Amino acid sequence: MKIYKGEELKETRAGFGAALLELGKKQENIVALCADLTGSLSMTKFSETFPERFFQIGIAEAHMMGMAAGLAIGGYIPFTGTFANFSTARVYDQIRQCIAYSEKNVKICASHAGLTLGEDGATHQSLEDIGMMKMLPGMMVINTCDFNQTYAATLAIAKYKGPVYLRFGRPAVPNFTNKDQDFHLGKGLLLVEGKDVTIVCTGHLVWESLKAAKGLLREGVSCEVINIHTIKPLDEELILKSVSKTGCVVSAEEHNLWGGLGESIARLLSTKLPRAQEFVAVCDTFGESGKHMELMNKYNIDQKTLIEKVRKVIKRK
Amino acid sequence: MSNIESLKRICTQTRRDILRMVHGAKSGHPGGALGATEYFVALFHEILHYDSKNFQMQGKNEDLFFLSNGHLSAVLYSTLARVGYFSIDELKTFRRLNSRLQGHPSPHEGLPGIRIASGSLGQGMSVAIGSAQAKKLSKDPFLIYSLHGDGELNEGQNWEAILYAGAKKVDNYITTIDYNSQQIDGSTESVMPLGDLKAKFEAFGWYVLQERQGNKLEQVIHSLKVAKTQSGKGKPIVLILHTDMGHGVDFMSGTHHWHGKAPNDEQLEKALFQLPETLGDYSL
Repeated sequence: MKIYKGEELKETRAGFGAALLELGKKQENIVALCADLTGSLSMTKFSETFPERFFQIGIAEAHMMGMAAGLAIGGYIPFTGTFANFSTARVYDQIRQCIAYSEKNVKICASHAGLTLGEDGATHQSLEDIGMMKMLPGMMVINTCDFNQTYAATLAIAKYKGPVYLRFGRPAVPNFTNKDQDFHLGKGLLLVEGKDVTIVCTGHLVWESLKAAKGLLREGVSCEVINIHTIKPLDEELILKSVSKTGCVVSAEEHNLWGGLGESIARLLSTKLPRAQEFVAVCDTFGESGKHMELMNKYNIDQKTLIEKVRKVIKRK
Repeated sequence: MSNIESLKRICTQTRRDILRMVHGAKSGHPGGALGATEYFVALFHEILHYDSKNFQMQGKNEDLFFLSNGHLSAVLYSTLARVGYFSIDELKTFRRLNSRLQGHPSPHEGLPGIRIASGSLGQGMSVAIGSAQAKKLSKDPFLIYSLHGDGELNEGQNWEAILYAGAKKVDNYITTIDYNSQQIDGSTESVMPLGDLKAKFEAFGWYVLQERQGNKLEQVIHSLKVAKTQSGKGKPIVLILHTDMGHGVDFMSGTHHWHGKAPNDEQLEKALFQLPETLGDYSL
């Protein structure tokens, strides 16, 4: 089994900030908007380096989404930055009408997604955003797993013309994917080859999946691990190819069970290759305050739960 | 014929278009559209610089207009067609299946002249301000215009936008409030009084113009020209334009009852009798 090194801990949001700065240096048509969370989004360096291309909006996310659409009309590529909840639920109609339906080239970049923002609690822990955003026609949805992947994704979405939701997180987590990797929008990554079960994972659950795969190998269970960073459009070919070999799948994500990556996979399999599936996701509940690993453990989105679900799904084959 | 007389003939024809479109679709919003007709004719014939034969989304080196209260689509479509963005005969497809003329405007179907969807209220000012900032950033000296309903100001996002534009000195932007004092459930006074709107905008750092005769074409043109002279002076500009909802048709005038209601055959005939054909109707 391929082993990934996770000693270096870095925030995914820092990957976004570093790439945004790089984009600003390369392209004069990159602009950034932030709703009073510049430091939290790692946008400070961009704001200092390109003050004329940085728009401090204040705590007015609805206005920010409209302004981003207006800047896109003017030929700029706007990157908006705020927490995931304020990037989606708070401004859903603005995104729907002025960005998705109006087909604007806006990159909605959302930090502090999921439970792992930690101590701020459920008001800030968005577990519904993937579902909301993937329901919008024409919206690309990306959830990255580490610093390097977030960096690469940020560069890649600037090259793509169309609305994108880029979701990342708050905590420092293992930075295990390659530096300077190519990021192919809509293409999954085969991280580990295996034959007994396919684990399809996204975001912070990718590292948990790799740990689970390593643990399961000691029991003689061979896991294939696929990282889906682009949830919409989904890399159907890669998933179908893997599941047709392994015969079962466990999906893993830091999101509500309803509306997330797991449901996209279930829809795919039910129409093209019906096979047993188990879900690692937050089970239709709000989060709470706590440290990020405490929350992942309590809400069963961790290595331990992955191992249990793998055992269960293999029995159902 | 003087220029103003020929523009008034365009207003009359625009009103005929609005009524025939809404009647044809058996749905739509005639009241606000009729009330804002002078504004649209003044803006597109006397104020804006644009190239209607070569529509570009970016609108570089053009003035751009954004309609925020999208239910006024009929007057926008008639105006755009009659200045050459698309064929006048396309007006007959208004609100029909497979049309580019959606109930509320959208660029989704590729209709020339439309840059943003509107209909869900309160969002257009933010878009216009973003577009104005893009003009500044690219050193494009042309201006941004937008129209909003008075009732639409109930939506909170407007006040985020008004705060932003004043604070950040977005002075290449001229917005107009279609102050017809009506909204769906009745008068704005009864639903949600706006209070001293001029003082409110001024308190947010805007330059405010008021025009009491928003259905008098000469006055609307004059006010918009005055507004333009105030651009580039460090403040966003708002024209509070007092209009008469349903203007031009006696039984539709001054009431919210025709906000979202189509005339029947008899009512259409009665209305069109008051607005004789001037430039030729679109064919059915």
